[in-house]
Amino acid sequence: MSHTPGPVNFDDLVLRTSPWLSGDGPHADLVLSTRIRLARNLEQVPFTHRARDEQLQGVLASAGGAAQRSTSFAGGLMLAMNDLSAVERQVLVERHLVSHELGDGSRPRGILVAPDEKLSLMINEEDHLRLQSMAAGFQLADAWASADAADDELNQSLDFAFSEEMGYLTACPTNAGTGLRASVLIHLPALVLLDEIQKVLKGVMQVGLSVRGLYGEHSEVMGNLFQISNQTTLGRSERDSIESLERVTRQIMDAEERARDRMMRDARVQIEDKVWRAYGTLRYCRSVHAREVINLCSAIRLGVALGLPGLCPLRVVNELLVLTQPGHLQRYAAAELTPSERNVIRAQLVRERLSSAEHESGSTP
Amino acid sequence: MLCQVCGKNPATVHFTEIHDNKLTEINVCERCAEEKGLRATSHPHKFDIADLLAGMVDTMTSSDEERVGRVQCPRCGMLYSSFRETGRLGCAECYSAFQFQLRPLLRRIHGDTRHRGKVPARDGDGAVRSRQIQRLHDDLQRAVEREDFEKAAGIRDEIKRLEAETPAPRPEEAR
Repeated sequence: MSHTPGPVNFDDLVLRTSPWLSGDGPHADLVLSTRIRLARNLEQVPFTHRARDEQLQGVLASAGGAAQRSTSFAGGLMLAMNDLSAVERQVLVERHLVSHELGDGSRPRGILVAPDEKLSLMINEEDHLRLQSMAAGFQLADAWASADAADDELNQSLDFAFSEEMGYLTACPTNAGTGLRASVLIHLPALVLLDEIQKVLKGVMQVGLSVRGLYGEHSEVMGNLFQISNQTTLGRSERDSIESLERVTRQIMDAEERARDRMMRDARVQIEDKVWRAYGTLRYCRSVHAREVINLCSAIRLGVALGLPGLCPLRVVNELLVLTQPGHLQRYAAAELTPSERNVIRAQLVRERLSSAEHESGSTP
Repeated sequence: MLCQVCGKNPATVHFTEIHDNKLTEINVCERCAEEKGLRATSHPHKFDIADLLAGMVDTMTSSDEERVGRVQCPRCGMLYSSFRETGRLGCAECYSAFQFQLRPLLRRIHGDTRHRGKVPARDGDGAVRSRQIQRLHDDLQRAVEREDFEKAAGIRDEIKRLEAETPAPRPEEAR
């Protein structure tokens, strides 16, 4: 279905930019990406943690085969986790293609990635199947539509564990029912700067949504990036859950935009100064921690969103988020690095990226 | 910055936790992070569910608790006591085997125990359609509650159309 041929192997895959980082989706200045995840299990096999390795091999074969025959995944790339090195698995985690659990590599687990990388299927994660649909910007309806269609296709040849009463049955009862986790990764620097974020997050949690950091459950909040998702999966239809996430996200976006307007009205110079100092630090640093990159990128992202001229495109800032993570960095350096070596290589990579963005745009800020 | 736990090594692992609606920063070295289990790879479900269950068994006597713990899934052999420890069920059949214990837990987690979402496409057209009608009845009721009569009328027409396609059997009335 895709117009460009998909990646043929791991190296080819990681050379490409993840589509969710493209920075060109709707409301990309506020919402980095949208994700839909569906959890499914095969009726006849014990859940992953109770299944024997041979049974999991069987799931890999049958689910992988079913997906490769579907139009949603036609021409996709299948990777077995235990064929990959620890760094390669880490790279997939950082690209949000696999979870930490799938990334441990100790059991027969795998991932199938559609040619455009927007759809992926984790096999033998906590649940046998974790179907994931990613989109750049704020596109819940589109992301849901492709996940829903792929789910129907897989279901043509796979028997999913399902009960009329409790819906799709999952290893953990927190996912039973729809098995759906819909989430948006949203950038809220103005609400953080104006100290209004606690109030907003409290409101989000009160309506039954949950807030997490960049890398999902129990991950830290960095760079003013918040992942907001539905918490419950039973008693509400997928459509209801998605609509309520959509509604709340719009309210948060409005609050952030109002905060940005206020900030620009009352403290324009200070904001511009903060943005350009962040840019200067990243453009000329010689050693930098991943967290600092993400935090400085937050300021640059804000500057781009506010329309300050001369900054790099959003895509470049988005890519830095992922490329400066330890796995990507060690692949880039083709070596295992100590944390302090990583900081030096990371600084080099950031300078290169920003410098080439300046050359592309033909202007020096 | 030095590790907040050992105070010796540089802090390279940084967490910002959201707990009780408050952001808390924790900065530790990689070794202490590993030792304290401060990793994104830790299995959060386990603790969430264990906490929930702990709150619920308070109301049980210890002999009740022991009896419930011995309930076993006939298909995979999992004991309910083992689910209580791990927070994960063994197979699809466990949902039936432990249904009496699971219902209150599901209600705690989700505020509901009844699935209202999509049904497997393979369940056949009839089942899919009857589910769809059921769902529309739910929507209709909500639209009426919101006094959105225009939407309610649209939903009613949609129900009529679907019911015309399925002559028998009628789904139960949504209440």
